[in-house]
Amino acid sequence: MTAEQIIFLIVGAATLIAGFLVVTVRNLVHAALWLVATLFGVAIIYTLLNAGFLAVVQVVVYIGAIAILFIFAVMLTRRQAAETGASVNKNWWAGALMSVLTFAALALLLQSWSGFSKTASAVPSGFDAINQLGDALTSSAGYVLPFEVASVLLLAALVGAVYLAFNKK
Amino acid sequence: MNFWNDPLKVAADWLTGIFVGWGMNDIFAHVLVVFLGIFVLIMILMVIDIFLVWIERKVVARFQDRIGPNRLGPFGLIQPFADIVKLMIKEDTTPDGADKVVYNIAPMLSMMSVLILWAVVPLAPVMIGVDLNAGALFIIAAGSIGTLSIIMAGWSSNNKFSVIGAFRQVAVMVSFEVPMLAVMLIPTIFSGSMGMNSIIQSQNIWFVFISPLAALIFLIAAIAELGRAPFDLAEGESELVAGFNVEYSGMKFGMFYAGELLHAFTFGGFWAILFFGGYRFFGLEQVSPFLAIVIILFKALVGYWVIMWVKYTVMRIRIDQMLAFNWKFLTPVAFVLVMVTALMNVLLRGAGSWLYITGMFLSNVIVAWVSLEIVRSIGKKERERVEGVKVVAEAHH
Repeated sequence: MTAEQIIFLIVGAATLIAGFLVVTVRNLVHAALWLVATLFGVAIIYTLLNAGFLAVVQVVVYIGAIAILFIFAVMLTRRQAAETGASVNKNWWAGALMSVLTFAALALLLQSWSGFSKTASAVPSGFDAINQLGDALTSSAGYVLPFEVASVLLLAALVGAVYLAFNKK
Repeated sequence: MNFWNDPLKVAADWLTGIFVGWGMNDIFAHVLVVFLGIFVLIMILMVIDIFLVWIERKVVARFQDRIGPNRLGPFGLIQPFADIVKLMIKEDTTPDGADKVVYNIAPMLSMMSVLILWAVVPLAPVMIGVDLNAGALFIIAAGSIGTLSIIMAGWSSNNKFSVIGAFRQVAVMVSFEVPMLAVMLIPTIFSGSMGMNSIIQSQNIWFVFISPLAALIFLIAAIAELGRAPFDLAEGESELVAGFNVEYSGMKFGMFYAGELLHAFTFGGFWAILFFGGYRFFGLEQVSPFLAIVIILFKALVGYWVIMWVKYTVMRIRIDQMLAFNWKFLTPVAFVLVMVTALMNVLLRGAGSWLYITGMFLSNVIVAWVSLEIVRSIGKKERERVEGVKVVAEAHH
């Protein structure tokens, strides 16, 4: 086993455990903090895949903005951070079945893909992923239309939030 | 490749050779050497941090017309060590009802968010932890871990002053990240890369001369990010005792305090890297990497001194004034500046370098002047409105 594989196994296990704790821990702030740990694990996996830019964006967006927002919302809306009711209802077996089936379906799909068992070729030196990503997002042959549509959507959300928060005199 | 030209690589090769000679696995030896390098860097930073306490106390004393620590050792240099011993032997208290695990992790995370920044700081052309191609974003990412540590400290202390302090500090950090990230795009536009080393390499002329407004906005956002005066309302003593760290004692408080000082020094360093040429100084960095380290540490200290200068001369402002200043003034100006710079970059790319620099400088001056004029006219209108209301009220009396 190479050092990278060992790191991947450790980080993957830690991410899964943290993800499991997100949904089982009773205290909501703790759940949010475990979510941060999960997202951080995903960022480390991006780094292992030579996607440093995605890893940094993952930390900025998910930990810096979304997780902080979660914690804020929990703190501002609840007196008691701990949940008191049962954490599963009587349909838990259906949820478990669905998740197992989804996992099996995804595994089957990947199995039939030709690249599944191949070892990835090494990233050539001087390969600049950011430049390629930027070109793909802004060139007309790439994804310029989805990119612009997404930005218009975000702008609409921004304007809507400002409108809702605006104090009409 | 001798030791004086690339000390890190020579030292690493030498150590790896020794470890392999002991019969260690090749990969394991490499990993061990990397860990040792990180360990040594952190040790050096912590020693610098000890002296930063002394520097901070001496400088604030001079600003307030005092002498500062002067009893222990020459110039009071032993004072910070005495302070550390005091912090170590203080009673380590945990408030009743505190969330113990989160409470204890928060100071570590706070220190870590500062130390992790040094992974992308280029100390010399050949000495950099990782020359990450998203270096500028990495600074913001590390900052968001710092934000997380503050909210954890505030919440887990089970104290309303801590929570309010944490809310304020987090609101400030989250909002000032926006203009900071926007102005960090300006060195990126000039150099065509987000990597710290290539930003430094492309500064044949310091970026502060090409885009002074961006340098100024970065400094303001950095001071807010650090939570230092005039933006230190998270620890407004008269309202909140000490803010998010009020329940921490001993070395746990020390971690927050030392983290803040090192953070200020680090941002002085980033200011130098992004706008003042980093380790470059008239080709001196080519002579020896050790000279480059001296240059960048000196520039970082100058930046740190400017941050202290602002801290000890400007008064604290209110939270609403501060957030309004950010969202209604700093953020729009930063975004307009980024757009103007990107546009000018396309227009002037083919022109000679002197025309490029002059054009960029003039566009900065124009953006600054127009935004100040807009603010001035709004302020004038507001003053007239308030005075008009007063005149009417007096007429009614």
